[in-house]
Amino acid sequence: MTQPFRIATAGRLGHADPVRFSFDGRILMGLSGDTLASALIANGIHLVGRSFKYHRPRGIVSAGAEEPNALVGIHRDAARRTPNVRATVQEVYEGLEAVSQNRWPSLAFDVGALNDVASPFFSAGFYYKTFMWPKAAWERLYEPFIRRAAGLGVAPDRPDPDLYANRFAHCDVLVIGGGAAGLAAALAAAETGAQVILADEQAQTGGALRYETGAVIDGQAGWDWAQTVTADLAARDNVRLLTRTTGFGYYAQNMVGLVERLTDHLAAPDPARPRERLWQVRAKRAVLATGAIERHMVFPGNDRPGIMLASAARTYLNHFGVAVGRNIAVYAADDGAWLAALDLHRAGVGVAAIVDARADVAGPHVEEAKRLGVACLPAHAVTGTTGRLRVSSIRVSPVAGGAARDIACDALLTSAGWTPAVHLFSQSRGKLVFEAETQRFLPGSNAQDVACAGACAGASGLAETVEQGLEAGARAGGATGGRTVAVREARGESWTGGMLGPADNGTGAKAFVDFQNDVTAKDIRQAVREGMRSIEHVKRFTTTGMATDQGKTSNMHGLAIAAAMLGKPIPEVGLTTFRAPYTPVTFGALAGHSRGALFEPVRRTPIHSWAEENGAEFEDVGQWKRAWYFPRNGEELHAAVARECRTVRASAGIFDASTLGKIEVVGPDAARFMELMYTNPWTKLGVGRCRYGVMLREDGFIYDDGVVGRLAEDRFHVTTTTGGAPRVLNHMEDYLQTEFPDLRVFLTSTSEQWAVIAVQGPRSRDIIAPLVERIDLSDEAMPHMSVREGSICGVPTRLFRMSFTGERGFEINVPADFGRAVWEAVWAEGRKHDACAYGTEAMHVLRAEKGFIIVGQETDGTVTPHDAGLGWAIGRNKADFVGMRGLRRADLVAPGRKQLVGLKTKDPDVVLDEGAQIVADPNQPVPMTMLGHVTSSYWSENCGRSIALALVAGGHDRMGETLHVPMPGGAIAVEVTSTVFFDEKGERANG
Amino acid sequence: MLLIHCPYCQEERPELEFRHAGEAHIARPTDMAALSDADFERFFFIRSNPKGIVFERWRHIHGCARFFNAARDTVSDRFLATYRAGDPKPALDGEGA
Ligand SMILES: [Zn+2]
Repeated sequence: MTQPFRIATAGRLGHADPVRFSFDGRILMGLSGDTLASALIANGIHLVGRSFKYHRPRGIVSAGAEEPNALVGIHRDAARRTPNVRATVQEVYEGLEAVSQNRWPSLAFDVGALNDVASPFFSAGFYYKTFMWPKAAWERLYEPFIRRAAGLGVAPDRPDPDLYANRFAHCDVLVIGGGAAGLAAALAAAETGAQVILADEQAQTGGALRYETGAVIDGQAGWDWAQTVTADLAARDNVRLLTRTTGFGYYAQNMVGLVERLTDHLAAPDPARPRERLWQVRAKRAVLATGAIERHMVFPGNDRPGIMLASAARTYLNHFGVAVGRNIAVYAADDGAWLAALDLHRAGVGVAAIVDARADVAGPHVEEAKRLGVACLPAHAVTGTTGRLRVSSIRVSPVAGGAARDIACDALLTSAGWTPAVHLFSQSRGKLVFEAETQRFLPGSNAQDVACAGACAGASGLAETVEQGLEAGARAGGATGGRTVAVREARGESWTGGMLGPADNGTGAKAFVDFQNDVTAKDIRQAVREGMRSIEHVKRFTTTGMATDQGKTSNMHGLAIAAAMLGKPIPEVGLTTFRAPYTPVTFGALAGHSRGALFEPVRRTPIHSWAEENGAEFEDVGQWKRAWYFPRNGEELHAAVARECRTVRASAGIFDASTLGKIEVVGPDAARFMELMYTNPWTKLGVGRCRYGVMLREDGFIYDDGVVGRLAEDRFHVTTTTGGAPRVLNHMEDYLQTEFPDLRVFLTSTSEQWAVIAVQGPRSRDIIAPLVERIDLSDEAMPHMSVREGSICGVPTRLFRMSFTGERGFEINVPADFGRAVWEAVWAEGRKHDACAYGTEAMHVLRAEKGFIIVGQETDGTVTPHDAGLGWAIGRNKADFVGMRGLRRADLVAPGRKQLVGLKTKDPDVVLDEGAQIVADPNQPVPMTMLGHVTSSYWSENCGRSIALALVAGGHDRMGETLHVPMPGGAIAVEVTSTVFFDEKGERANG
Repeated sequence: MLLIHCPYCQEERPELEFRHAGEAHIARPTDMAALSDADFERFFFIRSNPKGIVFERWRHIHGCARFFNAARDTVSDRFLATYRAGDPKPALDGEGA
């Protein structure tokens, strides 16, 4: 298979290995070192996709990261299908499989191209206008359209099987861009001894030297100099050279995000190696040498395949050895495009005409073109093109008006000049300054320690570029005596010229500004006519610059067209914000290793393995895995929970409460500190006694709760909710460190130090008695709400007599390492008494039967202790505690607040839905007046009926009232009751 | 990601180790019980939210765990100073002041 457009004598791939790849199933050959774009062009293929809105045939525009058109899918296997890959960036490898996008049934014949005929329908602002009516069209037409608009390619439907790495790095000097300026800067910085990182997005450094034929630096051809310097840098210990690495984001304090592509160019990547690596580099100083981006010319029909940037055509010829056509034409307002024509002419390609919108064209390139007999048409514009799937001719007219003529060509090279790539500088919060003479935004004042060098800083030629690089690099490296490296001479081509917007006076129809979002000059003018004044509005109205290329080739054109319509200078119309990422970054790179099992830590209690071995079903509670219930003989959830609840009240149950938060509050002022942190009084709590504590925020709302035991005058064992432990400790530390720093108190998190085994039920004392040593368990010696230190199974324990079930109960705290062993001993005893292991679901039901709240379920940050029926827990004679003043706020003492009540459904078999709304009259018109909602609802086996807790407006005064819970199947009648459904006198906990 | 100088550890550490804790130099009144509604509103709800220099609290929660204060310019996102809890507001010169 031949590559008909490969020129053996041109480019640098001459002896490279042939590579077989496919495009839309067609097998093609390229060379190792090709990009997909250069390999396609070598095969004469320019048509690679369909445009987003009008489905117009589109070709390859550029040879780099700015590519707006040539987006393809790259398929390796079923799970590795990457959409929207720029063909100009993707390197070919043996077996590469590329597919075109946004076409059906085929690239050459696409039904969606009807959109092109119907294009008035899709004019500027159509997103805002078209979707207004009729309503039914939303489902059938608009929504599918918008959903498709979410992207050109098809997202893979399988999990990403590749690895992604992440690395933090620090350096003295970070250089972004490995062209002439960046290499000079890196070399000069390295010479000072500084630690240098140089990142370049391409496979090889060299930047624009890739195509500039006339460049000479330090006595070598430009490209050769670049490779020499690169080898020099690579050999230095203080330089890290990263190729295929894009600096995509510039963040605060000189943090720059880089993404390094490690395997996308390989035929058979090692699956054990990462595909990409995210670098977060903290640089003392940064040098941005990001170059400039060539703009296309804006004229009718400027989007046909075969129409491309002049620098791209030169890159394909001078680097890849590929001719972009056999008979090309040029349309430009820039000298560089003439040089492209001359390069191609030298390689044997016909040049039909060089059209330049400028009247004054002069210089050696013009003389040379004339000498070669090329038709030169200054002061002319291209006003139209033909060719269905590839340009076949251009129509040319004098800019001032006059007769048009058609010129046949199979490729058209365009250049409207260069836009400095100031994206990263702008992201660094540096100010941009508009240079009216050259119509460019250039870096102005810095916000961070960053310097720009070369074309991105406005350098007008190679000599200045190298000069700026050497100086910026030396300064960034800390050199005080000026230059650190001498370069004998640098000479290259003129970079002068350029224009913004269209040259002709046409309507701008089909004169594309933004190829990727299909925005024309006409659309932008229409946006201004319809009242858009700021470029930010024009952008949103037309979507110009909002595609994945972020308008790299188009934004300046759009801005200039809007400014001309408004009759304002460009800076007054504004410049849209440059946002990270510079080019698209994969989710994989950003996620790194934080996926699957490594997404979030999993916390397991010391008793977890026992629960697993005994068939527990688990539920996630924050990061914890908690035993949910212990099914026996194939029981479902409800059967198991009913049995567990019955068993606890009939005999006993054993429960793993290890996830409870625990904080040790110690010190001479511990009691005073507790007085301030909790609503309750603590000073008079006896040693060895416990109290249920309520913690508020300063605004008076419940923040946390838990049982607190006093182990000594100066030592409290505080428990918190499972999820609340970290924030409660933070809350305590905050007050201790910043409001009450004179209190002599230490706070220590002990959540992970203690395993907690709750034994609850009438037989609980009988179960633990044989195991406990040095503690008198009699009711007289150890009543309900007391705590003792002793040992169990020979292990030290803090033994609490407390109950979250309403039964006689104990919570055995033992050092976590002994948790499972003690649990097994308790379990062995428990079995003698027909006890069961129970899980969190039964725990929830049992506490609801007693009306015990769960913070976060009965409370939502707007519930006071009074609302929750916990007014008794507020110390009457306290001078201060956190939340005391907040509780007195007018709204918090006003009547009609939502208060916690019980609900009993009139039909005892009906279990309400948690979260369901409550109304007084179910027949009132919608929207109904809602009185509150159900916070907890269960089937209670012990009550033989359903039970529920709810927050209801004025609930405490509604006892016995009938209210209603409207549901899709009809309203459910409920009676307002006390929150205590079982053992209302609370006798069972005492024995 | 910011680099923050912890005045207790006396070194710059990445933002990941810290937690923001709201505006600084708002002392909790010592006579809470006597506080008027207006005074409570000022103490608890009203925050300055300036464009420019903000005095704010941070906690080196994954480090020394201490709360400290910082002066930061909300326009440039630059820290001008960090200092220990209880220390007075520093005199700031130059940028943003
Ligand atoms: Zn610290």
